[in-house]
Amino acid sequence: MDAQAWTFLIVGLTFALYIGIAIWSRASSTAEFYVAGKGVHPITNGMATAADWMSAASFLSMAGLIAFMGYQGAQYLMGWTGGYVLLALMLAPYLRKFGKYTVPDFIGERYYSQTARMVALICALFISFTYVVGQMKGVGVAFSAFLGIELKWGVIIGSGIVFFYAVLGGMKGITYTQVAQYCVLIFAYLVPAIFISVLMVDNPVPQIGLGGKLSDGAYLLDKLDSVLTDLGFREYTTSHKGKVDLFFVTAALMLGTAGLPHVIVRFFTVPKVSDARKSAGWALLFIAILYTTAPAIGAFARTNLIQTVHDQPYNSLPDWFASWEKTGLLAFDDLNGDGKVQYYNDQNPDFASEASARGWNGSELTVDRDIMVLANPSIANLPAWVVALVVAGGLAAALSTAAGLLLVISTSISHDLLKQSLKPDISEKGELLAARIAITVAVIIAGWAGIDPPGFVAQVVAFAFGLAAASFFPAIVMGIFSKRMNMQGAIAGMLVGLIFTAVYIIYFKYGGGTPDQYWFGISPEGIGTLGMIFNFIVSIIVSRMTAPPPPEIQTLVERIRIPRGD
Amino acid sequence: MKDNQHSSYWKTNIQYLVILLLVWFLVSYGAGIMWADSLNNIRLGGFKLGFWFAQQGSIYVFVLLIYIYVRLMNRLDSKYDVND
Repeated sequence: MDAQAWTFLIVGLTFALYIGIAIWSRASSTAEFYVAGKGVHPITNGMATAADWMSAASFLSMAGLIAFMGYQGAQYLMGWTGGYVLLALMLAPYLRKFGKYTVPDFIGERYYSQTARMVALICALFISFTYVVGQMKGVGVAFSAFLGIELKWGVIIGSGIVFFYAVLGGMKGITYTQVAQYCVLIFAYLVPAIFISVLMVDNPVPQIGLGGKLSDGAYLLDKLDSVLTDLGFREYTTSHKGKVDLFFVTAALMLGTAGLPHVIVRFFTVPKVSDARKSAGWALLFIAILYTTAPAIGAFARTNLIQTVHDQPYNSLPDWFASWEKTGLLAFDDLNGDGKVQYYNDQNPDFASEASARGWNGSELTVDRDIMVLANPSIANLPAWVVALVVAGGLAAALSTAAGLLLVISTSISHDLLKQSLKPDISEKGELLAARIAITVAVIIAGWAGIDPPGFVAQVVAFAFGLAAASFFPAIVMGIFSKRMNMQGAIAGMLVGLIFTAVYIIYFKYGGGTPDQYWFGISPEGIGTLGMIFNFIVSIIVSRMTAPPPPEIQTLVERIRIPRGD
Repeated sequence: MKDNQHSSYWKTNIQYLVILLLVWFLVSYGAGIMWADSLNNIRLGGFKLGFWFAQQGSIYVFVLLIYIYVRLMNRLDSKYDVND
C-alpha cells in the first residue's frame, strides 16, 4: 500500500473513532455540556488537557522552529510548559472550588460587576477566536498536503468532524475525544523520533539520545555546533542574543498559558479540588513527553539534513529530497552551477569572503521549518504507515485544540452573555439549545475564516498569549490571593494591561514600528509580561484608593481557599 | 473551621508556594536563561549544562514541582481536616 492509501485509511479510522466516542458521550444537561458534569478522572482530564493544549503548531512546527533557533528555542519549550506550575499552584484548585463554568463567571462574581464580566467575556472571545482560526487552517493544510484535497474541502471536512462531536457532546464529548486524540498524536510523534534517535545515536530514548554520541564518536550537539559554525551559522547550543527578550517572551508564554480560558476551563471538569491539582500534574507530564522530545527531533533533523545534503551532488541525493521538493517545502537552486547543494548562512557578512573563497554563490537550499517533523519518517526511511500516522497525529492535534476553543466561544455566548447577562430566566433546556446553536455558529465562522484567514490571524500567538497574560492572569490571581482587591482595581488593571499590550503589539506588527524602537529590547511576543506587571501595579494602587469589597465577597474568597465545603 | 486555623492553613500553603515558585524561577529563568552561559562550561555527558536546563531539565523540574505540591497539599488538607 502506498503512503496516500495508508493516510486515507489511518485518518479515516481515527475520524471514525472520534465520531464513535461522540455518539457514546452525548451531553444531556448544561453541566455536562459546559464541564462534563464535573466527573472526569484527573488522569483522563490531564490527557485531555494535554491534547487541548498542544496545537497543530506544537505538533508540526515546534521541532522545526527549535532546529533553526537552537538554544533560543528554549523560549517555547519552557514558556509552553512552565505555565502549568502556575496553574497547579495558583489557579486551578481555587477556580475548581469556586465551581462555576467559565473564567468570566469567576471574574464577574469575584469582582461583583457586570462590567468586569463583559471585559473578561470580550477577552475570552477574542483570544479563542484568533487561536481557533489558525487550527482550522492547520486542518486544511494537512488535508491538502497529504490527501490531495483542496484546502477549502479539508477545512470543511475538519469542521464537520469537530461540529459533530462538539455539538453533540459539548465538554463531555470533547473530553473523551481529546483523550483519544492525545493517544494518536503522542504515538505519532514518538515513533519517528525513536527511530531517528536509534538511527543517529543508537539510543531509543530521544531525550537521552540528544546528549548521545554519533557513530564517529563525537557528541551529537558538539558536532552540530562545529558543523554550523563551519557554515557561517551561530553555535546551536549557546545564546547569541540579549537575554532580556528571551526572559520576557518566556514569561509571557508561561503567564499566558496560565491565563488561557480553554486551558483553565478544563480544570472545572474534575470532581474535587485535590483532583484539580493532580490533574495539572498529569497534564504537564503528558505535555512534557512531547516537549522534551521536540528538541531532540530538532537537533537530529538539523544534523541529519546538513550531513545528507550539504556539498552533495544533487543527482545522488536520496529519493525523499525530490518528493519534498514537489511540495515546495524544500527547494534547491544551483546558484554556482556546480551541481552540488551548498547550504550555509549567506546572511552572515563575516562569512561572505570565506564562502566565495570556497566557490559558493549564496545558499542553495530553502527549507520550510514544518518539514522537520513531516519529513522525519521518510528521511529515516520508515515505512509508509508511519508517514500516515504523522498526518493523523497533526490532525488530532489541530482538531483537539479547535474543539476546546470552540467550546469556550459557545459557553461565553450561551452562559456568560445570555444566561448571566441578557436573559437570566432562560430555562436549562433553552440554555443547552443556545449553547449548541452558539457552537454551530462558531464552527461555521471559524471554518470560513480558516479558509480565508484575515491578515491579523498570522500573529495570533503574540496576541492570544499577550492578552491572556496581561488581562486574566493578574485578575484571577489577585481575586484568590488578595481579599482587599476590589472591582475598581481589577477593572482598571485589566483595561490598562489589555490596552497597553494591544497597542504595543499593533504598533509593532501593523503600525510600522521597527525592532530598534522596542522598549528595553522587548519584542511584541514578550510584551504581555510588561502588560501583566502594569496590570498588577494599577490594580493594587486603585484598589487601595477605593472601598474594600463587600463582606460577602471576602467570605467568598475565604471559601475558595479551603478545599472542603460549599 | 475556625479563623485562626484557617489563617495558619493558608499561611503554610503560601510558604509552600513561595518555596516551590522560587525553585521554578531558579531553574528556568536562572539556570535556563540568566546563568546559562556560565553553566555551559559545565558538562552533563553530551550536554552543556545551561543548554540542558533550557531545553530539558527545567521541564522535568516543572513536572516534579507539581507532584511535590500535590503531596504537600494533600498532607496539609488532612492535617487541617479540610480535604474534600
